[in-house]
Amino acid sequence: MNRVLNLIESFNPEPQATASLESVACGSGLNKTADCANLIYRCSPVSISTMPTIDSVEARRAAAARLRLLQMHFESGVGHIGGNLSCLDILLSIYHDVLTDIDQFVLSKGHAAGALYTALWSVGRLSDSDLHTFHRDGTLLSGHPPARGIADIPFATGSLGHGVGLAAGLALGQRLNETAGRVICLTSDGEWNEGSTWESLIFSKHHQLANLVVIIDQNGLQGFGTTSDVADLSPLADKFRAFGLMTVELDGHDQAALTPVLNSTNFPGPLMIVAKTIKGHGVSFMENRLEWHYLPMTAEQYEQACLEVAHP
Amino acid sequence: MRQAFCNGLMREQSRRDFVFLTGDLGFRALEPLRDAMGPRFINAGVAEQNMVSVAAGLARQKFRPWVYSIAPFVFARPFEQIRNDICLHDLPVVLVGNGGGYGYGVMGSTHHALEDYGVLLTLSGLQVVIPAFDNDLSTIIPSLFESKCPTYLRLGLGEQPKAWTTPPFAPWRKLVSGEGGTLIAIGPLAGSLWAACAEESESTRPNLWCLSQLPLSKLPEELLSDLEKSSRVTIAEEHVAHGSAGHALSMALLQLNCSPASLRHVTARGYPSGRYGSQKFHRAECGLDPVSLLATFVPEATR
Repeated sequence: MNRVLNLIESFNPEPQATASLESVACGSGLNKTADCANLIYRCSPVSISTMPTIDSVEARRAAAARLRLLQMHFESGVGHIGGNLSCLDILLSIYHDVLTDIDQFVLSKGHAAGALYTALWSVGRLSDSDLHTFHRDGTLLSGHPPARGIADIPFATGSLGHGVGLAAGLALGQRLNETAGRVICLTSDGEWNEGSTWESLIFSKHHQLANLVVIIDQNGLQGFGTTSDVADLSPLADKFRAFGLMTVELDGHDQAALTPVLNSTNFPGPLMIVAKTIKGHGVSFMENRLEWHYLPMTAEQYEQACLEVAHP
Repeated sequence: MRQAFCNGLMREQSRRDFVFLTGDLGFRALEPLRDAMGPRFINAGVAEQNMVSVAAGLARQKFRPWVYSIAPFVFARPFEQIRNDICLHDLPVVLVGNGGGYGYGVMGSTHHALEDYGVLLTLSGLQVVIPAFDNDLSTIIPSLFESKCPTYLRLGLGEQPKAWTTPPFAPWRKLVSGEGGTLIAIGPLAGSLWAACAEESESTRPNLWCLSQLPLSKLPEELLSDLEKSSRVTIAEEHVAHGSAGHALSMALLQLNCSPASLRHVTARGYPSGRYGSQKFHRAECGLDPVSLLATFVPEATR
């Protein structure tokens, strides 16, 4: 743990995001584990520039967010880390480089709420103190996105198979209102077991919702096995293409590749992005391991995870 | 009632915030609405889960979506979408279930909705409206465009006796006065009992009350007075007992210290004979027909 402390103290702590959820009411005081975590790392979108071993802005931003996500999950003793780490780069790209005030985002894989909150923190929409409330009594930052209280989150999600239809409704509303803007929806890959996702896909294609982008976080693992073992949908991208949908396959951890695709708009209907990702990305002992869909970290695991993220 | 429903919506079709979604139903009923509304009339196909989610998304964009299908397909199939996408967010979506109860008759059990409002009333903030007569819709429809909460509108067959003028829509309406007790019926079932009650002498027939809205609002003083004076009270509804209006009303009466000497609750009981038939057939099998229901109050009606 001391190695982590020494490492982290070399980074310059900066003030956290100014936005704060005034209505967040949580029990004060952290437990011993959380106090320890607080000492380990405090990072803001500004301080990432001081990271010594990571060169690009996107990579430093991603490392800072990863560390903050790990801290948040460690403090709260909460699992679902693997699926959060698999989509964090996608969310950072969306929130930093794509979304404007007229766009909307729906997190269909609600179990990645930690990554969503971290991305909102990364762009200054949630504060560090907000994140400290994650999973605590009285929080707005529940284990899956809340139904109200956070303007950037339009829907409570968590039961899989709802997000694409919700996003389609938002996109159709934009069209009927004759307003500009796009709707981006992030799904998991296991979520395509749900029949409702295919209902929504048929609807979105039929209505040619060109202002809708659906991203699949294809990490290959779902609740109790690999996606190929549980209900094999491969090749998933080809299935979307068979619906007549423009479909792009890319590396979901390559923000430089993801951002231009997300910002492209010349499609006749919904754009499907199959983003190949690694569950637990950035932490060797979590990568592609089913158990990190569920497990919280021990102090030792947290220490190792922080070291690996800071020194990839 | 579908025609009155369509006519009522036609009067609102120019509202720019009005979007109508149907689960591929409406043949020979909703064509005028479809033709008038253009892109705001959406046939969402045979995909009710998506239809409800899309409606929630539209409501988030400040539209007033109405979602239409046969009753079981609009409440049971997409229940989780109603719960999560609409009710958790208090979105003012109107779910319209056509053919509540045994309304689809001999079409069979998959098309019946005997549990619809009981199930939906478990959801926080949702209101249920059960019009009894076609005329009710001219009042209900404009009011639902102003509603701030999710609504389930259960449509049935308007059974209005030609000899009487229906009173204006209200959650509670007294249709017939009598001295033989009190009969409370929910929605269109009240209309089916009206003539039979009215034809009996005032001294033997029951007061006939119609309930059309749930959860229960404040009970009318006149209803409480009728219940106080009644030695026999019957609540009749085309819905199973669990989650029923009768259970809610019983609790309300207990809380008011109002305890009728005799309280019967006559409900849908599924398919006692295992056979299928018209709505009247199923009502009769459950004792929800006029003869059976009046037998308690007017014994000669059974002869």
